[in-house]
Amino acid sequence: MNYSMIFYIISWILNVEAALMVPSCIVALLYGEREGMAFVASIALCLLLGLPRSRKAPPNKVFYTREGFVTVALSWICMSIMGALPFVFSGAVPKLIDALFETVSGFTTTGASILPAVEGLPHCILFWRSFTHWIGGMGVLVFLLCLLPLTGGGYHMNLMKAESPGPSVSKLVPKVRSTAKILYGIYIVLSVAELIFLLAGRMPIFDAICTTFGTAGTGGFGIKNDSIGGYSIYLQAVTTIFMILFGVNFNVFFFLSIRKPKAAFECEEARWYLGIIAASTLTITFFIRGLYPSLFLAFHHAAFQVGSIITTTGFATADFNLWPQVPRTILVLLMFIGACAGSTGGGIKVSRILLMIRSVSRELHQFIHPHSVNKVTLEGRTVEQGTLHSVHVFFITYALIFSASVLIIGFDGFDLTTNFTAVAATLNNIGPGLELVGPTQNFALFSPLSKLVLIFNMLAGRLEIFPLLLLFVKGTWKKF
Amino acid sequence: MKIIIVGCGKVGTSLAERLSGEDHDLVMVDLNAKKVNDASNRFDAMGITGNGASFNIQQEAGVDDADLFIAVTGEDELNLLCCLMAKKSGRCQTIARVRNPLYSKEIRFIQEQLGISMIINPELTAAREILKLLKFPSAIKIDTFAKGRVELLRFRAKPEIGFGKKSVMELIAKLKTDVLICAVERDGTVVIPNGSFIIEDNDVLSIVGSLENTAQFFEKIGIRSKRVRNSLIVGGGTIAHYLAQSLLKIGFRVRIIEQKPERCDYLSEVVPGADIINGDGSNRELLLEEGLASADSFVALTNMDEENIFLTLYAKKNSNAKLITKVNRISFDDVIESFDIGSVIYPKYLTADYILQYVRARQNSIGSSVETLYKLLDGRAEALEFAIREPSAVTGVPLMDLNLKDNLLICCINRKGIILTPRGQNKIQVGDTVIIVTTNEGLRDIRDILKD
Repeated sequence: MNYSMIFYIISWILNVEAALMVPSCIVALLYGEREGMAFVASIALCLLLGLPRSRKAPPNKVFYTREGFVTVALSWICMSIMGALPFVFSGAVPKLIDALFETVSGFTTTGASILPAVEGLPHCILFWRSFTHWIGGMGVLVFLLCLLPLTGGGYHMNLMKAESPGPSVSKLVPKVRSTAKILYGIYIVLSVAELIFLLAGRMPIFDAICTTFGTAGTGGFGIKNDSIGGYSIYLQAVTTIFMILFGVNFNVFFFLSIRKPKAAFECEEARWYLGIIAASTLTITFFIRGLYPSLFLAFHHAAFQVGSIITTTGFATADFNLWPQVPRTILVLLMFIGACAGSTGGGIKVSRILLMIRSVSRELHQFIHPHSVNKVTLEGRTVEQGTLHSVHVFFITYALIFSASVLIIGFDGFDLTTNFTAVAATLNNIGPGLELVGPTQNFALFSPLSKLVLIFNMLAGRLEIFPLLLLFVKGTWKKF
Repeated sequence: MKIIIVGCGKVGTSLAERLSGEDHDLVMVDLNAKKVNDASNRFDAMGITGNGASFNIQQEAGVDDADLFIAVTGEDELNLLCCLMAKKSGRCQTIARVRNPLYSKEIRFIQEQLGISMIINPELTAAREILKLLKFPSAIKIDTFAKGRVELLRFRAKPEIGFGKKSVMELIAKLKTDVLICAVERDGTVVIPNGSFIIEDNDVLSIVGSLENTAQFFEKIGIRSKRVRNSLIVGGGTIAHYLAQSLLKIGFRVRIIEQKPERCDYLSEVVPGADIINGDGSNRELLLEEGLASADSFVALTNMDEENIFLTLYAKKNSNAKLITKVNRISFDDVIESFDIGSVIYPKYLTADYILQYVRARQNSIGSSVETLYKLLDGRAEALEFAIREPSAVTGVPLMDLNLKDNLLICCINRKGIILTPRGQNKIQVGDTVIIVTTNEGLRDIRDILKD
């Protein structure tokens, strides 16, 4: 393990985090809020810890997969702890575990909150909450990669692999750093576009910025108690469309930007993703048509909730907890599917689901023709056995963590639906679940142990499990 | 520059390793998905699995806006086809590796007719390299600059020449020859020495000078350049074929030991002047019988690296011959170096070197003024030849007043064909070519030699 390199990168992460807290200070200044001091104190602390070690790059820049995974996991943990400080210092969230839950929920773009009411909070705290979504959406190490050459040439891939969602990382252009820059470019352009559309619908600028952050990172922290429910139909529609856009594989936007629309439309994963959205929306519309005055409104709310859940954003315009059983079931299933690989969304990812279903059908085919040779394909290419294997192992690990988490939080004594959806909502980075953790409820009722488990779930969900699990493997830390 | 490399074998990866260090955008193409993945992860390149000659794969690799297309798969015909396709679908320069001796006679015609910018033949290159060494046996390795007027020679300062415990300045003053000691290797590290540097016995020195001066230098230090008149070659592969042909041309006696009878038949047809011995080269009796003890030079060219090394170690013990060993695998070059078995030839490395020189030269037209580049001492140092085309901070100033980077030496100034060994009061002028030796990588312009 190249510890000096890991510390060097984490120090840089802390410096970057200090810089990212500056906008919150500005917000505090604009609104004349005393809580701004909490941010100044946090910035000072970040720099105190970050600056000394980040001055000089260590001479040994060797950086293997193991170091990449450990760095990413540790960075996210450190980032979350430091990010929780403003909540504690300002008194907005007095308990440390709650503040940590809120911050992790922010960075992992989950959007699950322990706050019963958010409208009373100072603007700078609300801004920070939403801003963490935007930072976490594309990933902070990817951001760091754009800014400075951390390690030598080929080693960058080891960082990117650990932080980017999806079964395999595809480069858009030869260099990892250039790829990171392009991804952030797309991210910023889409965010600005949403902001403009929201402002055009006469949303107040502060609300528009926070909603954009929540949508772009597919996070879901609202700044109103009723999430997005209070805004006009136009604003909700804009949010729906952008939620769905941010859940699309960013490769598609890249192909569009270099004027290769054919390649963009041929993206199999994105087509399935949009297909699933369309099918679910129509089914749900059919079942809830009686609850709303017009069919259009039923469609509107169905589309919003489907978009919000499948992209793992977690905004709500309606309390879907009160909907009939079929729509509720569909929504819970969508939680697991998640968005596309290479997007800002969470969940298992459409491409993994496709690969698993195709593996099953290949297996069945083998029963009928035991000697036949079949390959699983995706995007018109044969998928290597190694990739398939890692997808299967991912799913098994995912299921194990899921069951263990449900078991542990079961000791708090709530009903199964609550426990099940609470774990689903955190492990898939969605936010709201059903029953006691439904869209109008929050996670404050759980015991500290359960919160810790849910925090773990959120991080595991965002980093796709393995970087985090690697921290608990003995061999990771051994010299030989 | 955007460079597409087809073939992720030893040459392809060794090229990628060095090109990625120089900040080029690389795309690697190979049929083997695992090789592509490994290469693209290791060198920060984009990897594409598929046949490099296919139009679709080339499109995917972005041949439209590529500057250079290099085909180095194991097959000549595929390489040529790749380049032909790339030439037709893009506007890039193309380089192909073609190794079949049959084609090598027609290479000029192929190159012209197919419009390929450069054709590289690793075996021929290796044979030429060996030939150079046999012509000048005191050196371990020779590179030439300024169209062959300047030589860079590498040799071991054996205790008997008495260099030990003397400083560079003393030696030069004592020998009164116009050569420059530009690099010293000791225990695996490379030092660019200044005047007060103390040389130890068994250091490996690299010297730069004009042809006459280097010859004079070797004479003065008492290494009489014993002329090599004959050569014992073990392994009758393609390199041996090329080598024997060119050695016979300059009047050498050549003896080739080859195990396979059919190959022997073939060799005796194509190099009729050489003695072809059918037998096992690793048989000690056979080697001695065929005159190993009195051979002037011994060249191990079998297909097995290990066998080659053993053979030269054995020859070192039993003769005074100049030893040359061919090693295919690059990975353990530093270990092999420590055996002290004279000159080691890495054909794959040479191929990559030649292509790299071409890439540097291409870049010439986009800003950099590097004429030629040699990776010295297994890539631990570089010798660069710069053409001075315009006045800058380095021209017209006495060299001793230049604030040069550490580990960098101006070795040679070529002024209209006259080779100057630079001293403190010399100045660089417009129109010169200057040779710099340095351990800092990535110099692009003559101004890069100054401290920032």
